[in-house]
Amino acid sequence: MHGTERFTAAVHQWLLGMFSPGAAHIAEMVLTGLAYLAFFAVAGLALVYLERRIAAFFQVRLGPNRVGPFGLLQTVADALKLVAKEPIGTKKADHFLYSLAPYFLIISSLMAISVIPMGAGFSAFDIDVGVFFLIAVSSVGVLGILIAGWGSYNKYSLIGALRSGAQMISYELSVGLSLLTMILLVGSLRFSDVVQAQSDYWLIFKGHIPAFIAFVIFIISGTAESNRTPFDLVEAESELGAGFHSEYSGIQFAFFFLSEFINMFIISAVAATVFLGGWMPFHIGDLEGFNHIMDYIPGPVWFFIKTGFIIFLMMWFRWTFPRLRIDQLMKLEWKYLLPLNLLNILLMAFFVWKGWYL
Amino acid sequence: MGNEAIILFLIAGFVFVFGAVLFSKLISPKWDTPRKWDPYECGVETIGPSWIQFKAHYYLIALLFLIFDVEIVFLIPWAVAFKHIDSALPFIEILIFFVVLGLGLLYALKKDAIDWD
Repeated sequence: MHGTERFTAAVHQWLLGMFSPGAAHIAEMVLTGLAYLAFFAVAGLALVYLERRIAAFFQVRLGPNRVGPFGLLQTVADALKLVAKEPIGTKKADHFLYSLAPYFLIISSLMAISVIPMGAGFSAFDIDVGVFFLIAVSSVGVLGILIAGWGSYNKYSLIGALRSGAQMISYELSVGLSLLTMILLVGSLRFSDVVQAQSDYWLIFKGHIPAFIAFVIFIISGTAESNRTPFDLVEAESELGAGFHSEYSGIQFAFFFLSEFINMFIISAVAATVFLGGWMPFHIGDLEGFNHIMDYIPGPVWFFIKTGFIIFLMMWFRWTFPRLRIDQLMKLEWKYLLPLNLLNILLMAFFVWKGWYL
Repeated sequence: MGNEAIILFLIAGFVFVFGAVLFSKLISPKWDTPRKWDPYECGVETIGPSWIQFKAHYYLIALLFLIFDVEIVFLIPWAVAFKHIDSALPFIEILIFFVVLGLGLLYALKKDAIDWD
């Protein structure tokens, strides 16, 4: 039994000792909800801090370093400031849609996080259609952005939202297809099965050539899915002001900001789980001693190391590549990534059929 | 946790956003000036309505997406079952499926559905 499984079992027993079974179940649900909300907020704040520090690192400057030790409390201060700001919108806005939009984004990313296993048996919601659920739920976020852009009554917001709609639905195909390529190797959509299948080799090594192509496609389209810099046409500062959230301020703007960073976390976590073995430790073949040492590092630590690596990669992209134009963006997806992805699936299917994988 | 987790996270997300927005409404200052509620356009007064016409290409992209998204839904059961079937049939079938699909994509590309000019 892994440490995380023991932890959840202990919490379960503790609650059962205090309440009747029904009440214990409800208490467990409330605790899970609170834990995920806390994780959501803390991860968002930590990622904003990381983004600023890494941006500073790439530009040879210091970044936030005044508030708290190493500037760790800077984003907390920023969040407090945003809560205390007056919300300003437009008078002619569609007020219902305008205030509805943040709910779509936050709820969809919260649900997407809930299926990702962060350790052995350590996900809130381990269903048999996990990967499909994740693709389905994360696509609801597009609705939030479209609603925000339309409801704002602002030309910049409208154009930004339409661009984001076109971009996110296009790249969603690549995200889904590259995940499917790996599902061919696993034969199950349940996230815990996907991780369990990688106990000997990570899937990216197991499926060698097609798996590596799928990984590269997933990282590219994942960066586009989360609207990050080489693909940030949605809020291209030099063209559209702040894009679809031009008219949002205060706490509602904070939610858009938060969901953007959480989406980056989700994409990285999925990449880590499906390609890099999730919470499984790193093993090299038959090196017993080395594998044993690696086993001592707990699963969640592995999960966050791998996720952090992909997040760092995405932040690195931001300071390396210039922004694309919308026509280049569409060309990249529909003329190159999608056909390549379809061929890659055929290649992987052929390899799996012939048994040419580790 | 079972399927009730969907409802749990629906409620949790709703409470999170609603609570924060309500709290912010309570503590934030109110300071009304007539200009404040105009659409933001770099300080220039807006000309015409802000719900403007946009390029019909976005609509085409949405149509294309719909086709391919449904196709992914068809692929998912195939991908799950593929490893468990020990015959050449699933591979050949998906080859035929992809040829048909590829023809569709080729048609869309030849019709310049993706080109932005």
